[in-house]
Amino acid sequence: MQPIIQVRGLEKTYASGFQALKGIDLDIRRGEIFALLGPNGAGKTTMISIVCGIVRASAGTVTVDGHDIVTDWRAARSLIGLVPQELTTEAFESVWATVSFSRGLFGKPPNPALIERILRDLSLWEKKDSKVIALSGGMKRRVMIAKALSHEPRILFLDEPTAGVDVELRRGMWEMIGRLRESGVTIILTTHYIEEAEEMADTVGVISGGRIILVEKKAALMEQLGQRQLTLQLQSPLPAIPAELSSYPLTLSEDGRKLVYRFDSQHEHTGIATLLRRLGDHGIDFTNLRTEESSLEEIFVSLVRERA
Amino acid sequence: MTAAINLHAIKAIYLFELARTWRTLFQSIAGPVISTSLYFIVFGAAIGSRFTAVEGVSYGAFLVPGLVMMSVLTESVSNASFGIYMPRYSGTIYEVLSAPISAFETVIGYVGAAATKSIILGTLILLTARLFVDFSIAHPFWMVAFLVLTSVTFSLLGFILGIWADGWEKLQIVPLLIVTPLAFLGGSFYSISMLPPFWQKVTLFNPVVYLVSGFRWSFYGTADVPVALSLAMTALFLVICLGVVWWIFRTGYKLKN
Repeated sequence: MQPIIQVRGLEKTYASGFQALKGIDLDIRRGEIFALLGPNGAGKTTMISIVCGIVRASAGTVTVDGHDIVTDWRAARSLIGLVPQELTTEAFESVWATVSFSRGLFGKPPNPALIERILRDLSLWEKKDSKVIALSGGMKRRVMIAKALSHEPRILFLDEPTAGVDVELRRGMWEMIGRLRESGVTIILTTHYIEEAEEMADTVGVISGGRIILVEKKAALMEQLGQRQLTLQLQSPLPAIPAELSSYPLTLSEDGRKLVYRFDSQHEHTGIATLLRRLGDHGIDFTNLRTEESSLEEIFVSLVRERA
Repeated sequence: MTAAINLHAIKAIYLFELARTWRTLFQSIAGPVISTSLYFIVFGAAIGSRFTAVEGVSYGAFLVPGLVMMSVLTESVSNASFGIYMPRYSGTIYEVLSAPISAFETVIGYVGAAATKSIILGTLILLTARLFVDFSIAHPFWMVAFLVLTSVTFSLLGFILGIWADGWEKLQIVPLLIVTPLAFLGGSFYSISMLPPFWQKVTLFNPVVYLVSGFRWSFYGTADVPVALSLAMTALFLVICLGVVWWIFRTGYKLKN
């Protein structure tokens, strides 16, 4: 199936001479949740702004569901809802008015029932007549999401959607994003919270220094780059790792009670069995053991560091 | 299916901007009406009675078209500039830029709302003036035409100003240093035939002179400059403003980087 968003050779150099994007090629599949990760200044927001028509590209093309964003901008933009990173809302308008305004702006006839459903979904219904300026930061964020959803977009861009939103609300937002995806909306989100990407994304893209470093299915990425570690809780503290075991990648905690073994989960011989036998041979007993996968965050940090 | 013209968007912007007027009703309508009334009381009723008639019209009545014009053009500029500057300042402009709406439609929405407000304001001032002085309108059609043309042209100018300004100070400085002096010296309070010959020539460089003169002609049939020239100059000014707006959107000047 044709990707819903196709980016080819996208470059952006700002008037200041700063090159924010250095040739981006990217395909986003229909109906997926795509998480765009990257350090500050990597070009995430610039890329989103170009796709949404706020910033002009210096070179390259973008098509949205087959519509070129420059030559067929009206069709392309109609499909997109954008929730920008900054909390920018009309201060003195009511929630209802500002959300209804957005729907009109995107060329849709009024639909009060739909607006009501969106506001209820985002727990904003009680605040529909409040002025936006009177709302808390988290509520303003949700107003911006409501504005983006008001015109029933097929693609939703969320630039740092849960920044400044407390944990409980963040969960609620994740659930909402999940529901949107089930209804067939393609979602592209940028985030600093790796756990957000880990929790929701189907595909992860990493951008750094204006280049896409990697695009991978999340599960594959975690498997490929995922280091696992085995942590052994020792029965009695160990002064040092026995010399005979020095060939194993082992680390000992300072109090000598925890032994950590790193291994590659993809490898056929993880070496766990022999390690445990050798430990037994040395009379090292343990009370507990657990294995962990490295988080997306660790993968991400190591990737960016590697390429920097 | 995407429509060729986004009527819903024009309507949304237009109504949104007018809603802002109702919200700040006192400031945006009552303020100018009251201050104009004060002019009538001071210049028309109090001092004006000592003045001789200007070109066969009592001074109070002579003032009416000029004062309406002055309010309409200063309010058009400040209203339209604020209307577009505010979203730029607060950042909400992102939504308009990302919406499937053309430059033309955006301008119709914003400028249309500002001009509508000016027309309402001009009409209210005329009605208020009727309480203080007696005046007649010789050419109602042209009166309305000049009122609409001026409102639209200066709302466009305000729109340009609101895009050019990158601070509140710049936003204030053009109305204060250019629009208000031009309006005061544009023949609102006097006939330019009352000026010495040299200043009569200088004053012809002031575009407001043509507006006020044409507008006054529509009331009393007398004018400082031929009415056709007034109309032509107003239209020229409109075309210049439209050209600048077209250029702004074509280049993305101060809107897109």
